[in-house]
Amino acid sequence: MTPPALEIHDLKVRFPELGRVVQAVRGVSLEVGGGEIFGLVGESGSGKSITALSCLGLVPPPGEVSGSITVTGRQVVGRGDSELADLRGGTAAMIFQNPGTAMNPFLSIGRQMTDVIRIHRALDAGQARAAAEEAIASVHIADPGLALRKYPHQMSGGQLQRVMIATAMACQPRLLIADEPTTALDVTIQAQILRLLRELADAADLAILFITHDLGVVAALCDRVAVMYGGLIVESGPVERVFEAPAHPYTHKLLETVPEIGRGKRELDFIPGQVPDMAAPPRGCTFHQRCDKASTVCRQQQPFARQVHGDGNVACHHAAGVLSLDIISGQEAAS
Amino acid sequence: MTALLSINEVSKSFKTRAGVLHAVDRVSFEIQEGETLALVGESGCGKSTIALALLQLIGADNGRILFDGIAVDQARGAAKRRLRQQLSIVFQNPYSSLNPKMRIKDIVGEPLRTNAGLRGRRLRERVEQHLRDVGLGVEHMNRFPHEFSGGQRQRIAIARALALEPRLLVLDEPTAALDVSVQAQVLNLLRGLQHRLGLSFLFISHSLATVEYIADRVLVMYLGRIVESGPVEAVFAKPRHPYTQALLSSVPSKDPKLRGQFEPLEGEVPSPLSRPPGCAFAPRCPRVTTDCRTRPPELAEWTDGRQVACIRPLTGDAEHD
Repeated sequence: MTPPALEIHDLKVRFPELGRVVQAVRGVSLEVGGGEIFGLVGESGSGKSITALSCLGLVPPPGEVSGSITVTGRQVVGRGDSELADLRGGTAAMIFQNPGTAMNPFLSIGRQMTDVIRIHRALDAGQARAAAEEAIASVHIADPGLALRKYPHQMSGGQLQRVMIATAMACQPRLLIADEPTTALDVTIQAQILRLLRELADAADLAILFITHDLGVVAALCDRVAVMYGGLIVESGPVERVFEAPAHPYTHKLLETVPEIGRGKRELDFIPGQVPDMAAPPRGCTFHQRCDKASTVCRQQQPFARQVHGDGNVACHHAAGVLSLDIISGQEAAS
Repeated sequence: MTALLSINEVSKSFKTRAGVLHAVDRVSFEIQEGETLALVGESGCGKSTIALALLQLIGADNGRILFDGIAVDQARGAAKRRLRQQLSIVFQNPYSSLNPKMRIKDIVGEPLRTNAGLRGRRLRERVEQHLRDVGLGVEHMNRFPHEFSGGQRQRIAIARALALEPRLLVLDEPTAALDVSVQAQVLNLLRGLQHRLGLSFLFISHSLATVEYIADRVLVMYLGRIVESGPVEAVFAKPRHPYTQALLSSVPSKDPKLRGQFEPLEGEVPSPLSRPPGCAFAPRCPRVTTDCRTRPPELAEWTDGRQVACIRPLTGDAEHD
């Protein structure tokens, strides 16, 4: 059996600061297979971006990473830069929110793409150029030859994001990590990019870990989703189940607070309070201070992840639709 | 009844090395007392330029901007002071719009000192009142911006904007930098303040769902021109301009069952430096005809209070599609 493209088990990331330790990720486990788009959704400070960076061993110092992350069976946690060099941009690629800042303004698109391609594939300059052109064509940029001669400032944000995706795809990755890749784009361009990512996942059997705060984007694109809050996954499962029958009060509230066209002027629901300080996360369930279902047990005990009716897990003492009292994983309790 | 704000044929262009960029091209609209008008469109459509011209932060090339009957670019002395007091703005990013070296009481109190000349206890009472209005306690008075979350900072920015009791508040993407759970609180707050204080809003946003929640009328812009306007409910339920329709259907729905139900719009917004000769939307329009590529459509008034600039508008009925 081939190992999954990405497997994260009990990931914890801590940032020691002066006199305190920020627990950015506190025990995250997930798995993404080939051809699957997995949405990791959460608000600022939930730990979603740090989880993404961990997958390529890119957590900035002084971050301390523990647990296990394997990309196509290869361990990432604890490995140094030289050991991860062929993984980064090779087996596993990453695209970011601001494609403009991810490129060198002094070099042409073609130069930047062929540089990357030649690091990861044994091609000569001419072959690399051809591979770059092919990749540019695959992301539907008209006239690939012309595009390669352009500089980043001559392209729009949407085109640059296509170039980033093309560069990633040119090295034939098995895993693509996309950190808010459409947040800086206009909606009509976002729709194009989302369709492109779906196309690539299907055609190249690519696994995509898609980080976003936008629930609409998750509904439109992803197969499965995990909702993060306070460094933990509070709920996960197939997108249809999570959106139609959210089991965790946070997921439920989050879906309620998003304004959606067609709802008119109805008063918007909101989540009182704010996200907890991760240097001193609350005892018990991380969400209990903002939760209207919170009871004594929520304030004292951290909930385990349990299986939900209709597939997926939820970590809540009062979750709706829990299948049984069986504990799926006890790892959260240990932290 | 005359409108509180009346913008008539306003244009603004910028000279660049590559040529003249027409950011706003003959835009006209009105805002009534107590009304919320939303300006929507993608980056570069000219919506923020209009806000800046309205506040006299940049000068318009042509056209007239009348606030309560007074031309904003002609006002001098006391009249200009009064205008500045009646017109206010909340910016998108509360991390860059608040001076990190100033305490909250000074941020909210500054307009009261410089424009209204308040000092001492009266100043303090007014600052306390405006902070309470936006749901912040007086215990925050002596704190600095970095001690607050994004949502709280935006409340402070709103308190500052309301300090001089303006009649029109320009909101330039006020919730774009906030998390969804916080966005809802700020939107509810704004609507509550409007009801209580009888304010008018010019609400600039690219988030259509937010616009539906807060605005009475909406104005859709594309490449510096108005392509459609009208009451929000009517425009969103039955858009007449193909661009409005594309914009509405590009917003991903929270319902996973609706995925993949529409074809995304092809291409991108053309450069304002090389505006297409006919309708600016023609290169991307699914309903384009040869006429569209040569003849720029005029913004036509319909009998139901809506305006559309399109040669082949959608009627919203299936048989016409």
